[in-house]
Amino acid sequence: MIEFPILTMLVLVPVIGSVLVALISKRYPDLVKVTALVTSVLTAGMSIWLLAAFKTNNADFQFASQHEWIKAWGISWHLGVDGISIFLVVLTGVLFPLVIVGIDPHHDHKRYLSWMLLLEAGVMGSFISLDLFLFFVFFEIVLVPMYFLIGGWGYDNRVYAATKFFLFTMIGSAFMLVGIIATAVLAKADNGHVTFDLIKIAENASFAASTGRWLFFAFAIAFAVKVPLFPLHTWLPDAHTQAPTGGSVILAGVLLKMGTYGLLRFGVFLFPEAAVWARPLFLTLAVAGIIWGAIAATMQTDLKRLVAYSSVAHLGFIVLGTFALTATAITGGVMQMVNHGISTGALFILVGMIYDRRHTREISKLRGLQKVAPIFAAVFTVVMLSSIGVPGLNGFVGEFMVLIGSFGTARWWVVVATTGVILAALYLLWAYQRVFHGEPDEDNKSFAELKWKEGMLLLPFIGLIVFCGLYPKPMIDRIQPSVDKLLQHVSQHSDFKVPAPAEPVISNGGEG
Amino acid sequence: MLLASETAAASGWFLAHAWLIPVIPAVAFFLIIFFGKRLPRGGSEIGIAAMLASLVIASGTAYQWIHLVGSTEHADAVSKTVTWFEIGSLKVGIGSRIDGLAMMLLFLVAFISTLVQIYSTEYVRGDRRYTHFFASLTLFSAGMLTMVLAPNMVQLILGWEIMGLCSFMLIGHWWEERANSEAALKAFWTVRVGDMGLLVGTGVLLALFGNLDISEINTKAAEFSGNHALLAFAAVALFIACIGKSGQFPLHTWLPDAMAGPTPVSSLLHSSTMVVAGVFLVARLYPVFHTGLDINIVGHHFNLIAIIGGITVLIAAGLAFVQNDIKKVLAYSTVSQLGYMMMGLGVGAWMPAVFHIFTHAFFKCCLFLCAGSVAHTGSHHSFDMKKDMGGLRKKMPITFGTWMISTAALCGVPFFSGFFSKDEIIDSAKGNDYKVFFVVGLIGAFMTTAYMTRATYLTFFGKARGGAAHFVGEHEDHSHEEAHDEGHDKADAHGHDDHHAPVVHGKPLSFAPDDSPWQITVPLMILGALALVAGYLNAAPFKIEKFHEWLHSSIGVEVPEAPKFEWLNAVPSILLVAAGFAVSLLICKAVFGEGNSPLKGLTQRNALLGAGHKFLVNKYYLDTLYEKVIVRSIAHPISAAAYWTNQHILDGIVNGVGKGGKKTGELVYKYIDQGLVDGVVNGSGTTATHAGGALQPVQSGKVNLYGALLFGAAAVGALVLVLVNS
Repeated sequence: MIEFPILTMLVLVPVIGSVLVALISKRYPDLVKVTALVTSVLTAGMSIWLLAAFKTNNADFQFASQHEWIKAWGISWHLGVDGISIFLVVLTGVLFPLVIVGIDPHHDHKRYLSWMLLLEAGVMGSFISLDLFLFFVFFEIVLVPMYFLIGGWGYDNRVYAATKFFLFTMIGSAFMLVGIIATAVLAKADNGHVTFDLIKIAENASFAASTGRWLFFAFAIAFAVKVPLFPLHTWLPDAHTQAPTGGSVILAGVLLKMGTYGLLRFGVFLFPEAAVWARPLFLTLAVAGIIWGAIAATMQTDLKRLVAYSSVAHLGFIVLGTFALTATAITGGVMQMVNHGISTGALFILVGMIYDRRHTREISKLRGLQKVAPIFAAVFTVVMLSSIGVPGLNGFVGEFMVLIGSFGTARWWVVVATTGVILAALYLLWAYQRVFHGEPDEDNKSFAELKWKEGMLLLPFIGLIVFCGLYPKPMIDRIQPSVDKLLQHVSQHSDFKVPAPAEPVISNGGEG
Repeated sequence: MLLASETAAASGWFLAHAWLIPVIPAVAFFLIIFFGKRLPRGGSEIGIAAMLASLVIASGTAYQWIHLVGSTEHADAVSKTVTWFEIGSLKVGIGSRIDGLAMMLLFLVAFISTLVQIYSTEYVRGDRRYTHFFASLTLFSAGMLTMVLAPNMVQLILGWEIMGLCSFMLIGHWWEERANSEAALKAFWTVRVGDMGLLVGTGVLLALFGNLDISEINTKAAEFSGNHALLAFAAVALFIACIGKSGQFPLHTWLPDAMAGPTPVSSLLHSSTMVVAGVFLVARLYPVFHTGLDINIVGHHFNLIAIIGGITVLIAAGLAFVQNDIKKVLAYSTVSQLGYMMMGLGVGAWMPAVFHIFTHAFFKCCLFLCAGSVAHTGSHHSFDMKKDMGGLRKKMPITFGTWMISTAALCGVPFFSGFFSKDEIIDSAKGNDYKVFFVVGLIGAFMTTAYMTRATYLTFFGKARGGAAHFVGEHEDHSHEEAHDEGHDKADAHGHDDHHAPVVHGKPLSFAPDDSPWQITVPLMILGALALVAGYLNAAPFKIEKFHEWLHSSIGVEVPEAPKFEWLNAVPSILLVAAGFAVSLLICKAVFGEGNSPLKGLTQRNALLGAGHKFLVNKYYLDTLYEKVIVRSIAHPISAAAYWTNQHILDGIVNGVGKGGKKTGELVYKYIDQGLVDGVVNGSGTTATHAGGALQPVQSGKVNLYGALLFGAAAVGALVLVLVNS
């Protein structure tokens, strides 16, 4: 009996949904919505089932499926998930139906939903591909729907932002394509035949140091743009500010994670020697991004732009954790990818709601909202605190693990990065104070309280924020084996000595 | 979450279930938030009930701990943890770890919180956010209790941050007014600056000891023989956190501003929670500081903790002299007393310093609540001593009496509680060969008495002014009425406690019919009584050492024996206290009294004194330095420059390439449009110009084309790379 090809279905179902939505006539708007909803919910269900069936304490790729695609070039349809990607897959699966059902694009639902579903397929595919070429295809597919989503449903300056987004990413991708082709060709000597298979190349190939470094950079540039790593981040604030709320949520929630995920899977895993060699550069850029993003966020006058810059800072933490190369730091980084997706996604939704009510995102025009909409303010507070990284909410665990874990291998970078923790409190609370405190003026007096439907949209986010914050153990248990395996791979293929894990704690704590 | 350990089970029910102490108020917080508004008393009943339950368990815990200490030779901390999360072999647990220090603070926090909540039912009655107030207050206590119980650094940070957050909510309780909201932000940020140290310090501890467990850290630090510089680094980093939280110099500036919060908040914040957290952290991880900062090493007369503590004692006491706001006098007094505690820890006087936390909590809480009582009933919600107070002693006997007892305790008058703790610190500084800090302690004692005499005189003696005159019924002409209104308006502008109708709601006690209602006066009397007697738990003159007996196992490191108490040694400080009282009283009578005195207006006439006065009024210009220089430069030039760089240089490169190559781009574009040029070949050469040109909004929409060009370029690039490397 053939096993149910769950990973393939995770990609195919949204594609089918997208095509169906595109084919259904505009005259049946409800049918369009239902189709989109059903396919996205189906995908979400499958991703959750995947998580349930995922074996804990197993470092290998699970649910792997491999089918030959273009045999002559060694390209295959090779999918699999491990601890590093599983939660990104689930996040993707869960985020899309929420966006699709909860955020109204205001016009042209059919095309919007069609692009949305295609986007989901692309993102999903990127996280589960284990073939370089396949990964590239998915990585690129993502651009197209995102470009149209920003360009078609965004705000005033959307065309500029969309084009900027597209070109930045595209230039990065061009480098990656160079890298992919070259990697496959150069690895032929070690594999005996041309193959684009990630695992085969990573295990067998032995690039000369300089070659490996060139190839690594070809990949890394694409990911650095996507993350975005300082100083390649300038497309992000524009894209975020101009994108429709749904687009922003997806962009911050999962799209940026393709960059950080790529750095781990196609950077550190594929070229361990080069990644170790490039550590100082990436650590520095990560820390620079943390500080830069925070400082730039401090002086934003546009609420959405502020959140966008905060993303730059948060993503810096993830990259810091990745290149600190300790189990704790990388695990923390992976958790931070998921947690940032949840909390920043929720922040964008809230900012979108403010815009819908007031038709402005200018901080100076908003005042005293806590008085007229206390529940809205309370929800905003929880989400903001999670973004600040307050213990007990989801933002803390990942950030804390990155900081604590990086201390052994990247001490001074960590000391500087810690200022980012303070600054996060600075810009977010300051913004909160300006927007929610004070006496509301005439324009803000009529600010509507959180509606029932909006509350239902935010509820899952709040639930995840609290749950992941209070009980991160299940996540760590699933992520860490794969991270350990990755680090083992790194120390085998480079002269980097992964520091020994902390000695065991006497778990009862007391001496008595 | 499985139980990881059960060491506590054998020691008694309360010790094993001490984790309930913070959990009950934490649960109560949610109950109040969700159901409080529907309850007859707006949720305050849940808060008080929760704090009472915590108090009962904390008392039981204290009882059982004392019993344990009495029955065994060497009582170890009783721990109980469950694993919160694991990172490889590093287990992070949450749970409880009871030892003498934790036991003492648990009781203290639960006790003070209960009284403050009872007090608040009257004080914030009718407030627009009554329910929220009680919710935040309850969570705040839960945060402190969580921290006190912490068996490891992670839980400690958890409680620490919850408190920081609640302080933001509570200080900014009346956020409609800008000043309040900004004071809340200031508090949060300043403490947050210190938090950086907490995170870094925790990181270093993990790197050093491979562990975040407090017992382990302490044991290993006590017998440390590794990289001393790294341990010192950890100690300094952690101490920075304590500076922020405990309002030590130079990060003390947030504390007086925090007076913008309602008075019960101030009293809670300043007695047993929040600001004590920093001192607690030093006491909790004392071996780390003791070893890391070379405390009690022969020949070392200074160390970071003692220096910062000593400076804080003096500068804060100096500032207390020029305040007109009674709460600000008390706030600076707290800062100064926290300086004493830090200084005590810095000179190796662990026990006296921790004992000072204990005694200070009662009398400082009482003083704040007295100030609140005066404002609530006597001065029409104004805290301005010069404008709206004076002559209140007869009308408000309970408030006056408890104030006097607490003031005596604070000043260190013999046989009041503060005497036994503060004098021990000063004595130990001398005994442990820290002569400078001995002198600092003495000067501090003198200053404390002097400024408290001034505050007492202005509030309770002399002629009633403004709001107080109105209350006492002494106003002889209408100018007072006006003055009062003015004062009230001013208070409004400053956003003090002025948000409830100036009518006293509750029922006063029958023997003090004009004093505040019983919800206010009963807590005052309880605290006043404790301010009198709490010191007798560790009264060296009477050879009582109960406190020492219960707590000494928490030190974790060898410290010098406390010097034997002799009345002769106490003479200098007693004399200075008396002198402080006498001098201050004389000056107050002269300056604020009825008669004409040459001292009146001296600061206006004498340039030198005037300058000194101005220097103090401007708080040594530290706020100016922080706000005008540092924050403004970050908030304005630096971030503006950063953003400018962002927009013009980083982004400008992209846009610039576009603008520069726009013409070429347009030309090429035209050609491609007309299909005359082979896109792929030409494209690889002009990719850059296209990339830029396309950024001009006019030319967008041809993205697919650019994409094709880029991939053409990529193909060529890949070919080159393969050729070069093969």
